[in-house]
Amino acid sequence: MAPGTISLGAFLFKSYFQTIGKHKNLMINKTVSDVRKALEGVSDGMTFMLGGFGLCGIPENAIAELVRLGTKDITCISNNAGVDDFGLGLLLQKHQIKKMISSYVGENDEFERQMLSGELEVELTPQGTLAEKCRAAQAGFPAFYTPAGYGTEVAEGKETREFDGKMYVLEPAYKADFSFVKAWKGDEAGNLIFKGTARNFNPCMCGAAKITVAEVEELFPAGSLDPNEIHIPGIFVQRIFQGERYEKRIEQRTVRTKA
Amino acid sequence: MLDKNGIAKRIAREVRDGYYVNLGIGIPTLVANFVRDDISVEFQSENGVLGMGPFPFEGEEDADIINAGKQTITTLPGASFFDSAMSFGMIRGQHVHLTILGAMEVAENGDIANWKIPGKMVKGMGGAMDLVASAENIIVAMMHTNKAGESKLLKRCTLPLTGVGCVKKIVTNLAVLEVTPEGFKLLERAPGISVDEIRQATEGRLVVEGDIPEMKI
Repeated sequence: MAPGTISLGAFLFKSYFQTIGKHKNLMINKTVSDVRKALEGVSDGMTFMLGGFGLCGIPENAIAELVRLGTKDITCISNNAGVDDFGLGLLLQKHQIKKMISSYVGENDEFERQMLSGELEVELTPQGTLAEKCRAAQAGFPAFYTPAGYGTEVAEGKETREFDGKMYVLEPAYKADFSFVKAWKGDEAGNLIFKGTARNFNPCMCGAAKITVAEVEELFPAGSLDPNEIHIPGIFVQRIFQGERYEKRIEQRTVRTKA
Repeated sequence: MLDKNGIAKRIAREVRDGYYVNLGIGIPTLVANFVRDDISVEFQSENGVLGMGPFPFEGEEDADIINAGKQTITTLPGASFFDSAMSFGMIRGQHVHLTILGAMEVAENGDIANWKIPGKMVKGMGGAMDLVASAENIIVAMMHTNKAGESKLLKRCTLPLTGVGCVKKIVTNLAVLEVTPEGFKLLERAPGISVDEIRQATEGRLVVEGDIPEMKI
């Protein structure tokens, strides 16, 4: 090649990067105006994933909207079921939930009443298995083997297999219609940043349902968040909106006194 | 006989330098108060934090920073947050060295039951099934008998199981025991407790070899 000339590949590469900056639509905007727009398409009998651990990091706005919509016969995949008067407890009060898939439901009397009376179907799943069944759906795995629950009633009727002398249970990925997640900061492109332990199941549920709806405490224009700091890329999020009036209720307020 | 803090104090002696430790709810949580301060450890909470610190001072609680018991906590220098799948990746992948949890029943073959009383109490297993199925080193912290005075160390568990053949060591208000192929091997007695008293409170097979020392706390 003569001096001063460049290869065809390098030429195309160079021209791509000269053009890409001029392109006007290289950020896919995921923002919707409000929670009503965000929940468009929700209907009775659907399966929803809801982020949160206890009341920490729950999608408060989406839950309030589901109460307003009166959506019925819902299957909820959520680690916990809220408390009597907050979180998913609000949907339980109105008998909107047909089935709960959770790992721990100890803080909700109404839940226990509905479960013991048979009004509510309950599928208790080990916490790590629940998280991974979401993540598997996000990442395109149909199922995975886990040792959790082997030899217990959780493994009844499931395929088991030995690897290196240890027994595992085959657990399928979840299938859901909507994921409702809550993040601390987000941008128009749907990129998300979580805060503290409010992260919990939220990242695992992004992109794990047909439509992921993210509500954030602060919504920024694209370009405002450092790409290095993003926890969940916008590709996993279809709709994003700025939530309102976060109550962030504390379940167990524990403090120490200054000596 | 030990009280709950006494059990926690004894278990704290099992924590070694460099350990990542997962503490369950109840007596296990108290263990953090008694770990020697000349060793380095980090406490993991399965809801997504490593490097858990003490409760916050009043007025400094943050609703976004809690432990698996939903209590407000603080973090220590070196702490990190992560999602639930990664948290259980640490547990399943055996990166957490020691798991300390409570139990309703333990059997002489190492089976454990702690999540359900059919018809009475169904709160769910939370992370317990993942923890017991994967942890290499599991210590159970519990009272030797239930409120009705019945042994919680059994030949076979009567309640729905949390995990099979997984418990290695048990610290109760009466004794320290190791799960062996022969049964519960008595390692130490609580202060003022005789071997006979432990034998009476243990339904499962108790293995007593030689003189059993009293615990040092």
